[in-house]
Amino acid sequence: MGNMPSAVKHCLSYQQLLREHLWIGDSGAGALDPAQESSQLSGLPEYVKIVEVGPRDGLQNEKVIVPTDIKIEFINKLSQTGLSVIEVTSFVSSRWVPQVAAGATEISVFGAASESFSKKNINCSIKESMEKFEEVVKSARHMGIPARGYVSCALGCPYEGNITPQKVTEVSKRLYSMGCYEISLGDTIGVGTPGSMKRMLENVMKEIPPGALAVHCHDTYGQALANILTALQMGINVVDSAVSGLGGCPYAKGASGNVATEDLIYMLNGLGLNTGVNLYKVMEAGDFICKAVNKTTNSKVAQASFNA
Amino acid sequence: MATARKAMRLRLAGLESLRAVSTSTVGTLPKRVKIVEVGPRDGLQNEKDIIPTPVKIKLIDMLSEAGLPVIEATSFVSPKWVPQLADAAEVLKGIQRFPGINYPVLTPNLKGFQDAVAAGAKEVAVLGAASELFTKKNINCSLDESFQRSDEVLKAAQARSIPVRGYVSCVLGCPYQGKISPAKVAEVAKKLYSMGCYEISLGDTIGVGTPGVMKDMLSAVMHEVPVTALAVHCHDTYGQALANTLMALQMGVSVVDSSVAGLGGCPYAQGASGNLATEDLLYMLAGLGIHTGVNLQKLLEAGTFISKALNRKTSSKVAQATSKL
Repeated sequence: MGNMPSAVKHCLSYQQLLREHLWIGDSGAGALDPAQESSQLSGLPEYVKIVEVGPRDGLQNEKVIVPTDIKIEFINKLSQTGLSVIEVTSFVSSRWVPQVAAGATEISVFGAASESFSKKNINCSIKESMEKFEEVVKSARHMGIPARGYVSCALGCPYEGNITPQKVTEVSKRLYSMGCYEISLGDTIGVGTPGSMKRMLENVMKEIPPGALAVHCHDTYGQALANILTALQMGINVVDSAVSGLGGCPYAKGASGNVATEDLIYMLNGLGLNTGVNLYKVMEAGDFICKAVNKTTNSKVAQASFNA
Repeated sequence: MATARKAMRLRLAGLESLRAVSTSTVGTLPKRVKIVEVGPRDGLQNEKDIIPTPVKIKLIDMLSEAGLPVIEATSFVSPKWVPQLADAAEVLKGIQRFPGINYPVLTPNLKGFQDAVAAGAKEVAVLGAASELFTKKNINCSLDESFQRSDEVLKAAQARSIPVRGYVSCVLGCPYQGKISPAKVAEVAKKLYSMGCYEISLGDTIGVGTPGVMKDMLSAVMHEVPVTALAVHCHDTYGQALANTLMALQMGVSVVDSSVAGLGGCPYAQGASGNLATEDLLYMLAGLGIHTGVNLQKLLEAGTFISKALNRKTSSKVAQATSKL
């Protein structure tokens, strides 16, 4: 805006500004002066749990095969950020449960609110998939392993187009009643907008308490943070994201994938919401994995900060 | 550890005093939003490579075809400061003037205003900032002096019945001063409005804002300037632009600035992105059922055109997602 001088070299306090705005999440270092805190929006949850899906949803959508040792180092770096949930599991079928039980602390099952998507993605109808999941979830719970349920295409399907909120509720309710402790509602192709997010959540929340719900927004059309803000305003306090916004979209070539964890944390910090996550450390993990898979980050916070 | 506990206690104490129900913030959104396309000015002025005049003209014509109601065509400033827009007069004279579309130009001082009028300008805009230091570094004078310059433009414009829009930079943070108080933004907005600006565009110049501070800032400004006279101008440097814009809509703002293809970088953060992309904004508004009068397909074409001309990838996610279809 206005005349643009060569201002970069004059921005003496820009690093200070970064420090003020990029909160350091852990105690001690850089404790924020409460008087300086940005005021919170009324009605928002005080704590938001971030579920990091980079190692799973992110990497599986990247063309480059990531060597195991890199994957391990990536996950180790993420473990030091304060993130309480880092998803490393992948699709489970009932035969695998005994092997998974050997090391798993949690499993996930992937349903869809679209019949076509279910058939194309996991080769069975929604009804059939639920029957299989029921077996898996019950076995897992029998072994004391909690199960998380995913509902894909919650705001739209690449094959069917519009998805009714009622269908999302039906599938979510089935997963919840079979024993999933949390249902992650996924805007798989990122077509949702705050209006459709609100309508869908209103419907699902008639059957499932908000405390058992999470949103999983893809940023294919740049709508993710706006949709997440809407979900927070509705009382949702669990959000999935992927460091560096890893992962593309198999349904839209050239499109972006998950919402970037860094950008999500930036917004949550600015809103005064507690996450327990250290943004700087997440950015380091992001920098590491982007170099490892040789791609530029999809996180705007990372783009703005590493070059500053 | 003690400091963190203290901070948490204060934060929770603050929360207890807030009683509004969450869904009330997802309030009634405006039925219509006016999109002010600033790509040809705010966007292009941040591009390093000089774009040839015919390309600028074609871009603006394509944006007109897309139905954008306001397209900020250029800026009448010294070519020493903004070499990219040295062809301002030529551009303004060369574009097609579609009926019903306004083509304002930036005129930070009287000389710029006179040049703009000579070139056929029918609407202009002046600059203010919520930061003394930013004004000093950006246009080399104090905030008061900048008001005097704007006042000269306003008086001259009023004499010719030319409407004037006022910009306020750094409303959610300043690259030099850091945090900016909502009261200061309200003060500057009020000044420009009372001097005669019909609309005040509140700019998160370095994109540091988040929805909470956007709300606080707007609350303060709305005590002094009616919401119908306000616009928001969000930069996407930290990916917050659309969420911040949504918050502004929830507060009743119905004018939003954006830039086709998310043109423009950020001179304060190398490698960072610039304005909110018009395509992505339009996608959200369309999804919300809000009327804008803009044709997304034609807008995408304009974005593709300028991205090719600049030889770089669009910053619009909608464009990225639809380009191969």
